[in-house]
Amino acid sequence: MKKILGIFGLLMAVCLLTALASDSFLSAYNLENLVRRSALFGILSIGVAFVIITGGIDLSIGSVVCLVGCTLPWLLTVQHWPLPLALLAVTGLSLLIGLIHGLLITKLRIQPFIVTLCGLLLYRGIARGFTHDQTVGFGSGFKELRSLATGKIPFLPGFDLPAPVLFLAVVAVVAAVFLNRSIYGRYLLALGRNPQAAKYSGIATDRMTLVAYVLSSTLAGLGGVLFVLDVNSAQPVDFGNFYELYAIAAAVLGGCSLRGGEGGIVGVLIGATLMQVLRNMITLVTTHNNVEFAIIGAVILIGVIADELARRVGARRRAAKALQAATSA
Amino acid sequence: MRPPLLEVRQLVKTFAGVRALRGVSLTLGHGEVLAVIGENGAGKSTLMKILAGVQPFDAGELLVDGVPCVMRSVQDAMGHGIALIHQELNLAETLDVGANIFLGREPTRWGLIDSRRVTEGARRVLEQVGLRVDPATPLSELTIGQQQLVEIAKALSIQARVLIMDEPTSSLSVHEAEALLGLIRELRSKGVSVVYISHRLGEVEAVADRVEVLRDGENAGSLSGAGIVRSEMVRLMVGRELSQFYPHQPHGRGEVALRVQGLRTASNPRHVVGFEVGAGEIVGLAGLVGAGRTELLEAVFGVVPALAGEIEVGGVRVTPRSPAEGIAAGVALVPEDRKHHGLVLEMGVRENVSLASLNRDQRAGFLNRNRENELCSEMIGAMRIKTPNPDQPVQFLSGGNQQKVVIGKWLATRPRVLLLDEPTRGVDIGAKQEIYRLMEELAAQGVAILFASSEMEEILGMSDRVLVMHEGRLSGELAREALSEEAIMALATGSVASVQMSEAV
Repeated sequence: MKKILGIFGLLMAVCLLTALASDSFLSAYNLENLVRRSALFGILSIGVAFVIITGGIDLSIGSVVCLVGCTLPWLLTVQHWPLPLALLAVTGLSLLIGLIHGLLITKLRIQPFIVTLCGLLLYRGIARGFTHDQTVGFGSGFKELRSLATGKIPFLPGFDLPAPVLFLAVVAVVAAVFLNRSIYGRYLLALGRNPQAAKYSGIATDRMTLVAYVLSSTLAGLGGVLFVLDVNSAQPVDFGNFYELYAIAAAVLGGCSLRGGEGGIVGVLIGATLMQVLRNMITLVTTHNNVEFAIIGAVILIGVIADELARRVGARRRAAKALQAATSA
Repeated sequence: MRPPLLEVRQLVKTFAGVRALRGVSLTLGHGEVLAVIGENGAGKSTLMKILAGVQPFDAGELLVDGVPCVMRSVQDAMGHGIALIHQELNLAETLDVGANIFLGREPTRWGLIDSRRVTEGARRVLEQVGLRVDPATPLSELTIGQQQLVEIAKALSIQARVLIMDEPTSSLSVHEAEALLGLIRELRSKGVSVVYISHRLGEVEAVADRVEVLRDGENAGSLSGAGIVRSEMVRLMVGRELSQFYPHQPHGRGEVALRVQGLRTASNPRHVVGFEVGAGEIVGLAGLVGAGRTELLEAVFGVVPALAGEIEVGGVRVTPRSPAEGIAAGVALVPEDRKHHGLVLEMGVRENVSLASLNRDQRAGFLNRNRENELCSEMIGAMRIKTPNPDQPVQFLSGGNQQKVVIGKWLATRPRVLLLDEPTRGVDIGAKQEIYRLMEELAAQGVAILFASSEMEEILGMSDRVLVMHEGRLSGELAREALSEEAIMALATGSVASVQMSEAV
């Protein structure tokens, strides 16, 4: 809880600073864009959060976004598949990717880093291959489909809610219930902390880990669909580039520990928003975008250091209290 | 008068709020064999680690040759001539014998390892410990007993004046153990002092000049010369007569709750194991370290499925392929390694207690919070777990309370067969008695209990019947009337031909 308040405070501070430094930050146009991008990245971040909670990592998210983002318009406009079939195909594709990751990690015991790093290279390569590195897009068609990502829902006077927020809301609520209210969420948290103890407690740790990778890839696939619908076209060479890093950073800032076993959905959402506000700030306030990564890197580092220091102080205080209790008893 | 070689005064050490040592004093003379004994959790290992510079102490004094000093590191302690030989040997399996002996202080020439001096130096100390192997032999080719000698040779190579041996015979055969005791006597005659820690009171009788007994982090008394007799040692260790310490009542054997037939474990596939445990019976499982007790229990529970054989619980054939199947069949295992296998240390007491029962208590996949709270309060009460609140992360509890959480977690599954692997390792004496009391209660309720223990007194004090393992097979079975340390050790070390298994039931 404290962790979430800390990151929320940081988000508010960055928002405030940006609003003071730039008039356009609080304009309806900018806010809507910001919310849309936050929602899209939020979906990716929730997916990777599950993997991080198991103590693993998924580096392939950006490439899955690219592969799905290229495949969907390609199937529809080049192959002329019917829409339901195309959607089914990309959903199946992202499920399958997660399943393969999970099987390699749990059955062959290959490190998640290696499996998903290969995925990162593989899926982008495949996308660039079948598109011959050419941009694929919807052109002027598929307006209704695209409104899933570009549409707006009247919310406040002068401010409409971008459609992806709806998707995010559904994903976030289901994810939060799964993580905090179902026995499977508890299993994930337990096995992320101590896979051996979880196994000895009768938990099918391999199956749960597999589920986490499937969730991550599937949500990356959903993100890929919404991203390409939003921007209308995808360039295989850089579509979704680095998105896995934004997602991982958001999850970590939001309280997921890369050691595993720790994390919550609300924190991840705030983390994802913070990442996008930072990017927005850089575009609005600085004259050159090329320092973007430096600033984002610095903010994440500061956040993680602050968190680690807070954790140590807390642990020390707890030990002191326990000692007191032990000696007085 | 010459000051004692090593002396500690009123040593205090606290871990995460738990006092492991509460003012222990000890002296060690030149050329003396001092045995330090005590139950699990009495503070022996902590004391030895402090002497060897592995851990710092919080308060008290440590004097070498009458001069106060602080051991900041193992190197410091070695500088004073103190070397610790760990229970688990600290050798590099992939290096050869010579390299192990000189690890970290290799003689060099032009900045490179001088292998001629390594070989010569290694030969000299190997000869002293009576181990005839080429220094170029890979360590992995030696037996555990030989590896132990390499450790001792390593200590001698730094001119150690004090050798601290922590349970040196726990994985040795009788023959190897006797040879080790002989070596200790020989070292003593050369002026080397030895601090000897063991659960084997027979060995202590045989080799010690003096015995210091620890109990609950304090000195409980000392014995010397002819005063070193088993009954006196036990009395000091447990602080009262044995019969009062172990609440054991003989139990009649109910109908068979657990039947194991023709079991081959993955780690000892050459041997077939079979036995029975009756409802309401407490059966001890004895054997040396590495005899296959843990592997047997894990196979029965399903952690490492057996290669072959049948397991029946309450007359139903189950042969679990996973812990989940073991739990479903009514088997529970309190594992040996509490921190790695028993607990999720960062999680609270409640979440740990319910972890193995979530599946049973689920509501269509959702957590049953009410049930979880009930279970947790029930177990905190039944186990007398001392915790400020149910959400306290278990890493902040004492070893004894952690172990109670693990046992509570398994009782929450309502097992018919309870397997316990070293249930009192690293717990204080109060928690120990509660664990024994609980075992008695459960047996009275008809739970079949099979517990593995390296602590002889515990096996003798708590068992209705004892199964003994030796090198992966059951080497014998002893009824309560036939129980004695000698009988168990004879079977555990394979020094008698396998006793015919008494006809089951």
